[in-house]
Amino acid sequence: MPAAARRFTVISRDEPARTRRLIEIRGLSKTYRTRAGDVPSLSPVDLDVDEGEFIAVVGPSGCGKSTLLKLLAGLIAPTEGEVRIDGEAVREPPDNVGIVFQSPVLLAWRTLLRNVMMPVEVRGLDRATHLARAHQLLETAGLKGFEDKYPWQLSGGMQQRAAICRALVHDPALLLMDEPFGALDAMTREHMNLELQRIHGETNKTIIFITHSIPEAVFLADRVVVMSSRPGTVEAIYKVDLPRPRSLEMMGERCFAEITKEIRGHFYARGALD
Amino acid sequence: MAPAAGSRASGRMLVQWLDSAWVRPVGLMVVVVVLWELAVRLFAIPPYLVPKPWDVILVLVHDRDMLLAESMPTTIATIGGFALSVAVGIPLAMLIAGSRTVEAYLYPLLVFSQSIPKVAVAPLLVVWFGFGMAPKVICAFLLGVFPVVVAGVQGFKSVEPDMRDLARSVKASWLQTFIIVSLPHALPSIFSGLKVSVTLAVVGAVVGEFVGANSGIGFVLQRSIGNFELPTMFAALTILALIGVVLFWIVDLVERLAVPWHASQRADVIATA
Repeated sequence: MPAAARRFTVISRDEPARTRRLIEIRGLSKTYRTRAGDVPSLSPVDLDVDEGEFIAVVGPSGCGKSTLLKLLAGLIAPTEGEVRIDGEAVREPPDNVGIVFQSPVLLAWRTLLRNVMMPVEVRGLDRATHLARAHQLLETAGLKGFEDKYPWQLSGGMQQRAAICRALVHDPALLLMDEPFGALDAMTREHMNLELQRIHGETNKTIIFITHSIPEAVFLADRVVVMSSRPGTVEAIYKVDLPRPRSLEMMGERCFAEITKEIRGHFYARGALD
Repeated sequence: MAPAAGSRASGRMLVQWLDSAWVRPVGLMVVVVVLWELAVRLFAIPPYLVPKPWDVILVLVHDRDMLLAESMPTTIATIGGFALSVAVGIPLAMLIAGSRTVEAYLYPLLVFSQSIPKVAVAPLLVVWFGFGMAPKVICAFLLGVFPVVVAGVQGFKSVEPDMRDLARSVKASWLQTFIIVSLPHALPSIFSGLKVSVTLAVVGAVVGEFVGANSGIGFVLQRSIGNFELPTMFAALTILALIGVVLFWIVDLVERLAVPWHASQRADVIATA
């Protein structure tokens, strides 16, 4: 059944959007200026992301994946080009974005609940409504009963789940995730992948997810963006048409294996992923 | 059988008591004092070189009113210098950690100034500020401020880049970032600096009293040395050590209350799910 096996397609960058477009990346590049000279990190990148889409970005280490995410988050300024979120050019950290970092970066001196409420506190949002939301987020993340615990009393997986709750507490339209499960063990990681898929399905948030695990990218994403090594640029985009919700068993299926193999081919042509 | 079991139980209690936190250092001190007494007797060391511990204890008992009265100005000068070290040291550490320019100009100068012996500067302080409390407090401050700055710089600088990005991504102002992230993060480090600082402040206060005071433990030290009253001098040293220990202990207590979440303070409670 060749039709069923080839349920992914390489698409062009300018394919028209199906739904409302949330992010427009145009000619985005970044060169870091250091004492040793200029280090180009990202050469021009163009990418459009629709509302509710799950985009996974894979690439060799040092290909500028994290740089791309920081540019989207407004944490660094582009050397050239621009990012538009909801039609507005990103110049400072936008309000409708939540970020999850590689490590949980929870504040050790705050309880879990106060960590999740930190963005609300800083942004001066309404406390009562967001407190209810924080409680609800913690409950769906399986952290009910741990609200008054300190981060160091929790396992790595629980800490990262709390970090995701913190990124979602102000109900952002866009969730940026920089290798969020990289530090977790394989079992916890699979569990977190299911969790994230559920969050995406329930909230219909747009998610940009950086990873160096190809199976993880294929399992989660609507589209997988493959980046080339430094200076990074978009090498190919794979559309993953596997039905949702996806189960872990799906990873054993032939079509899943074929997509991962094809993506892996990009890296083994000139060297492995880290 | 029964008495044997009873003596074993009381023996265990004795071992437990001997192992408690405050008995161990006190026990060691008793041993040192006994060895000292023995050494003085055995080698017939003349009392104008090393006094007998018993004579020191006698002075501590007889002159307790005088010693207590004289320890007041020393303690006040120490606390004053320490408070000044905190008030100046922490903001200075913030400036140095926050700006490369300030660091480049100020930090080397600070290290340079720290290498000047305070004993040499103390007479100058008397010339500038006269006899009394001011030169003592300043001398205590000069010794106490450096560890606070070094520890503070270390604490403020060790905030992870991800933590800074997090603060920036939620649009935290400078003040919010400081209160919510930087200061709590730096506190454990600052406290270790404060502990060093408070013990050095005692030394600073005494140095101040050496050169220009007519009261305080430093003054007692100098007078007793001049009169060859070695037991009094050793009693003064004991008082001085006690002041240092009590102040250190207070800072330690405040640390326990302020940073109960830090790895050095927490109890072993780990939850998993």
